[in-house]
Amino acid sequence: MDTPILEMRNITKEFPGVRALNNVSFRVAKGEIHCLVGENGAGKSTLMKVLSGVWPYGSYTGDIYLEGELQTFKNVTDSEKAGIGIIYQELALVPELSVYENIFLGHEISNGVTVDWNETIKRANEMLARVRLDVNPATKIKDLGVGKQQLVEIAKALNRNVKLLILDEPTAALNEDDSANLLQLLREQKAHGVTCIMISHKLREVMAIADTVTILRDGQTVCTLDAHKGEVTEQVMIRHMVGREIDNVYPPRVGHRPGDEVVFEVKDWNAYDPRLGRQILKNVNFKVRKGEIVGFAGLMGSGRTELALSLFGNYPHYEVSGEIYVQGKPVKFSHPRDAIENGVAYLTEDRKGNGLILIQDVKQNISLANLQALANRGVVNANAEIKVANEYRAALNIKTPSVAQKVVNLSGGNQQKVCLGKWLFVKPNILILDEPTRGIDVGAKYEIYTIMNQLVQEGMSIIMISSELPEILGMSDRIYVVSEGRITGELPVEEANQEIIMQMATN
Amino acid sequence: MFFKSLQKLLKENIREYGMYIALFVIMLIFTITTDGIFISSRNISNLLNQTGYIAVLAVGMTLVIVIRHIDLSVGFLAGFLGAIAAIALAFWNFPVYVVIPLVLALGVVAGLLTAFPIAQLKVPAFVASLAGWLIYRGALLLVTAGTGTIIIADETFNAIGNGFIPDIPGLENFLPGVHKLTLLLGVVAIALYVVSQFRDRRKKLSYNFETLPMNMFIAKLVFISVLLALITWVLAGYNGLSWTVVIVLLVVGIYHFVTTQTVLGRHIYAVGGNPEAAELSGISVKKITYVVFGSMGMLSALSGILFASRLRSATVTAGTLFEMDAIAAAYIGGVSAAGGVGNVMGSLIGALVTMSLTSGMNLMNIDIAYQYIVRGAVLLAAVIFDVTTRSRGR
Repeated sequence: MDTPILEMRNITKEFPGVRALNNVSFRVAKGEIHCLVGENGAGKSTLMKVLSGVWPYGSYTGDIYLEGELQTFKNVTDSEKAGIGIIYQELALVPELSVYENIFLGHEISNGVTVDWNETIKRANEMLARVRLDVNPATKIKDLGVGKQQLVEIAKALNRNVKLLILDEPTAALNEDDSANLLQLLREQKAHGVTCIMISHKLREVMAIADTVTILRDGQTVCTLDAHKGEVTEQVMIRHMVGREIDNVYPPRVGHRPGDEVVFEVKDWNAYDPRLGRQILKNVNFKVRKGEIVGFAGLMGSGRTELALSLFGNYPHYEVSGEIYVQGKPVKFSHPRDAIENGVAYLTEDRKGNGLILIQDVKQNISLANLQALANRGVVNANAEIKVANEYRAALNIKTPSVAQKVVNLSGGNQQKVCLGKWLFVKPNILILDEPTRGIDVGAKYEIYTIMNQLVQEGMSIIMISSELPEILGMSDRIYVVSEGRITGELPVEEANQEIIMQMATN
Repeated sequence: MFFKSLQKLLKENIREYGMYIALFVIMLIFTITTDGIFISSRNISNLLNQTGYIAVLAVGMTLVIVIRHIDLSVGFLAGFLGAIAAIALAFWNFPVYVVIPLVLALGVVAGLLTAFPIAQLKVPAFVASLAGWLIYRGALLLVTAGTGTIIIADETFNAIGNGFIPDIPGLENFLPGVHKLTLLLGVVAIALYVVSQFRDRRKKLSYNFETLPMNMFIAKLVFISVLLALITWVLAGYNGLSWTVVIVLLVVGIYHFVTTQTVLGRHIYAVGGNPEAAELSGISVKKITYVVFGSMGMLSALSGILFASRLRSATVTAGTLFEMDAIAAAYIGGVSAAGGVGNVMGSLIGALVTMSLTSGMNLMNIDIAYQYIVRGAVLLAAVIFDVTTRSRGR
């Protein structure tokens, strides 16, 4: 057998309190497309960070061999020199610079003093042709769509003559056409002799493109499957990923039916983003009934988060038009405060970015949106705050040594429960949950689903935005599908399945 | 055993106690190098009075930096408003109890004006307040153009920067040469401190929150109490508490209460910690910006009053570089430019550190050129200390 291009042996990486990688071994043969799959938190990204030198030699145990040679990367520059190119989910391009400047960023063609722009543009055109991207290389990155930006990233990596190209969920933000295009491109690069490691959650994509699949679970390699021997199927992958059959992921909601009363309705909702200069929501109409969980399905970037933000006091300052009715009464929300006062709460998609105040403690985060309720003439009653925080800590099973613990020290699932606690404390009637289980482990997911069921049973209505179709299907009473800022379908859960929703989401 | 846990305590809380230790060390060094002149009643009393007008600015600046902004205009705003106070007293013959509220109100207005482009139009605070720096400098030159230095004759006004609180009458024979009211206030302060610490501890224990072990808790109580007693004794040995110190203590006390106990204070720190999360939790970031800059303007006015009163006049250059001293004091006191971290007590200590350096080096007859260099080095060291201990804590 040939020397593999990459072999990682017995890699163990620990963070304070967590063993992210436990004795992982991983080998990639030359010229193949190797997919790395596993649940969130399985250790895929950590493994790639070890490989690319983000976590330097010495901060992990185990050995990395590239074409048979032991590597000791101290930083990302070292791994780049060795021929490893990594493309992250969040693209590392400079939005205000042109396509050609980005492709040659850090590797400028120069005589030592000045940059040779003519040669740069000529070579950039060659690279763009290689990734089949037909744009003027002088275009600024910010004026390109996400799909095209992805191709620029690949051109940038190929320009550095990478031997091993790593892509972290490259199609997560792409529509079907762009995804298909990208996969085709990867096959072509394979023909050019580039070896590819792709992290992906989309199992169908994995089946379409992979030569080999390695599955990680809880920081350990579960198995490596060979596509050419027919070992790669959806069932097999799912079974190895979760380590058990998946029929029990969603807790049953017994004897509960949503009421008939419409508690929240949106009519002819339009939003225009002056910064992007485009219409982001077009004629959105939907309603939510008492005690109902309404799922909003769609691809990333379809406009679901923008819809929620524009309804919830329009924090991003879009230009909006349309009507909102709460309990049948027309309302106008000009600040999130107005929405909260009308019984609407919104749990954001990005809990670290705009959900929590990480440097503050659990009780301060829980009381944040409703401090007035704990105050007498503007002075916060510290005892009442601790009492309330402890109530939610118990009710939501938040695992923390005390409510005086800083939120930054909690795990993702517990952070999410703190966010949830904050919004439950404002006692809303309508709770909007944006990707409520993103990046949290299976156990915490199950707990959050159980809480959601309990809340609707008590009469709350929930709007759940989710990119995970099984979650949409497992939890919703009714489903709206969003695509490119429009609602492209409405389905009762009984009539829905993954294929129908995907079709509506991509048309 | 005792020293081991003391060592552990200091190691774990080095960030919190660091500046107190630094202040202590600086004072000790100067006391030795000046043969005790530095710690004399007279010098300490002077030092505190000089710290006053920077301390109140540092308190306001703390909140400005906590919400991730900066205000460069405060120095010349203080100078300008001090001149307005002098003009109102000397030329318009306004009574002092009209002038002070008027000038404070003007300060609030000025602060709101600075906040307008920042909150409404998203102009960076650095630029907006740099414009204010230029404008108020011009305004100060303009109002003092005809007269130059304006002398203030009003003794009530001048007492703010130079006067001392009266003593208890009828006790002239008891402890002569010692200010009895100051002594009494010091004893009351220590008693209140000890009682409140015990109550706080009992409450924390009842919720199973982390507390210091008992011996360390007692050690801390004794240390702070002795420190307060010393300061009281030193001050009582001269003229007692000055009105400046009383005002600074009031300001720090009120701001400490507001920032730690009230909804407003919590909202300010929430905005500083994560403005987007705060906004999406229903807090108006705009409103908080106006409030914080408005308070900064008011404290600038107070600083201007303290300074004019201390000099018994308004000068053409009043307020020069006050903003830099205030910013330095806030950073030495542990404020983080990343937002959401810092407290007014720390900034008060920071102001005392910078002023102790100035006072001590003056007593040692060190050349002004070296003084600036030393102060710069101390600021840098304080911030490096802060940044490194913070990243280690994570």
